[in-house]
Amino acid sequence: MDRLVFLLATGLARGAVLALFALSLVIVWRAARVVNFAQAAMAVCAVYTAFALTAASGSYWLGLAGGLAAGALLGAAVERGLMRRLPHLTPLPGMICAIGLVMVLQSGLAIAFGPEHRPMRPPFSQSPFMIGGTPVLSPYDLFVLVTAAAAMGAFALLFTGTSLGLRLRAAAFAPETSRLLGVRVPRMVTIGWTLSVATAALAALLLVPTELGLNPHAADLLFVNAFAVAVIGGLDSPTGALLAGLGVGVLVSLTTGYVSASAAPLAVLALLTVVLLLRPGGLFAAREARRA
Amino acid sequence: MSTLLRAALITLAAIAATFGLDPFRNYQLATAAGVFAAVAGLTVLIGLTGQLSLGHAVLMAAGGYGYAAAATAVEDTAPDAAVLLTGLAGAAAASAALGLLLGLAAARLRGPYLAGLTLALVIALPSAANVLPLGGEQGRSAPFLPVPEALAALIAVEQWHAWLAILISAAAVTPLVLLRAGRPGLRMRAVLGDETAAALCGAHPGRVKTGAFVASAVPAGLGGAILAVATQQVAPGGYGLAFSLMLVVAAVIGGLGSIGGAAIGSLLVVTLPWLVDTAVEAVPADLGQRLNGNLAVLLFGTVVIATTLARPDGLAGLLTRLRGARPAPPDAPEPRPTASPTAMPSTNTER
Repeated sequence: MDRLVFLLATGLARGAVLALFALSLVIVWRAARVVNFAQAAMAVCAVYTAFALTAASGSYWLGLAGGLAAGALLGAAVERGLMRRLPHLTPLPGMICAIGLVMVLQSGLAIAFGPEHRPMRPPFSQSPFMIGGTPVLSPYDLFVLVTAAAAMGAFALLFTGTSLGLRLRAAAFAPETSRLLGVRVPRMVTIGWTLSVATAALAALLLVPTELGLNPHAADLLFVNAFAVAVIGGLDSPTGALLAGLGVGVLVSLTTGYVSASAAPLAVLALLTVVLLLRPGGLFAAREARRA
Repeated sequence: MSTLLRAALITLAAIAATFGLDPFRNYQLATAAGVFAAVAGLTVLIGLTGQLSLGHAVLMAAGGYGYAAAATAVEDTAPDAAVLLTGLAGAAAASAALGLLLGLAAARLRGPYLAGLTLALVIALPSAANVLPLGGEQGRSAPFLPVPEALAALIAVEQWHAWLAILISAAAVTPLVLLRAGRPGLRMRAVLGDETAAALCGAHPGRVKTGAFVASAVPAGLGGAILAVATQQVAPGGYGLAFSLMLVVAAVIGGLGSIGGAAIGSLLVVTLPWLVDTAVEAVPADLGQRLNGNLAVLLFGTVVIATTLARPDGLAGLLTRLRGARPAPPDAPEPRPTASPTAMPSTNTER
């Protein structure tokens, strides 16, 4: 029972990070109809920036802010410099170009910083609280949950409650009509990429201290699982990303705890296959979703 | 018929070329032949039906395991030729079965969803090797095929394996060329262009997509069998995400949909990393260690981005244009799906 509670709690904390990363994929898919395979590599670039800033200044928070800013800048730069120049009639060129970008960024990072794992110190302790003798969450897990929830709340507010959010949604769903109504669609796409990569950077920044350490491939597994989460939830749906993220996080945690760590990818693959065979557009896809 | 004749000529030329290579180069040639079979399948799948599979390495692995299992089963009782043929049948059966499963899923899924499923499949392969009876990390060993006695005085074992690789690869790719030029290829293009219109003309989109996946999986599986012949083993470590992406890279660089391009792409993917790593040994140890393996990936990534931006029809399109056989617009835009011939060289320009 103790074990179940502990696994559920860590599963939720992992799931929050997964959901956040999946949300970043959903944002860029809605904004630009591109699945950004380079999201993990770009996020890891931002984490390297944060690592360097933290090492230089000694402040975790400065590093966090710098990492987010680096992610945002990188997102805007990739959209303006690369993705915008691609043909958009089919999703294929965008996906292939992103795969090329992954290879460039990861090998570039490995050449610049070497392949070793650099340990990143979390700002809070990772030893779990005990409630009635049962280990539950660590302060860091709590920080992860709160940060992820705050970020998602901020996005919900942005997309549903502000004029910018309205313009972003309009540009994503009906680019031609919104252009006629005075929305600067290309700028909205750039903002979508900026927000998306900054979110991915935040997720990677939250994840890395709990793993082996910082390495060019540190976020690869996060990306694969988050992509599965986004697909399960329906690429168009932020709610789907949140719920599927928490679900997959708990699934991975329980499989790792009760079966073995190597069974977790199989469990995710099985869940993905079942969901896609029953609902090819994901669980929460809108029926009238625009065809890519 | 001319296709078969050309295939036979290319095969003979490749076999003749093995005499000019040292054993290590012959081993590389065998590897390239295996990769070529898989990339040819992948390029037809992506180029003609628009289905991006990131999981062709797993199909290759399925072929390799199928080969190892079937060939080991008859190893003690049958002559070498029968071992090889049984192994190849096992490879084709295993990869066709996995390809059919994936194809059934692919028929229902659109681009990014299929890419996601195949990506999860690649990541799950090492776990599957541990859970299923596939020998875990160590993988399985495949029987060693010695040089036949009649040839033993003439060629070394690496060269013999290169011959086998070339022959298997030819047997795997030639049907694909015929398929692509014939009615099934036309159906695939029609479904890529407009599913509704294709369905109205009697091409069942689901069946065409599933069939394309199987047709692409079998050469990939035979490619895996070639690698198993050349290395005498199959292990999950050899078929990871990096290798799977390299297959996509080879298809993209060569030009999606072009089989000649797939041949160039596979040769590049096999030889360039080795050339780069050899060159890197000249620089100081610390820097060299970082560049080793990474510089080639950096180069490939840059080339993939440049190809997608500037020349979506890849090296095959570039060669065609240099020969002046097919005037392409100077700044070829991504073709509307209905005008796909600009992106896919038509059959008479294929090399």
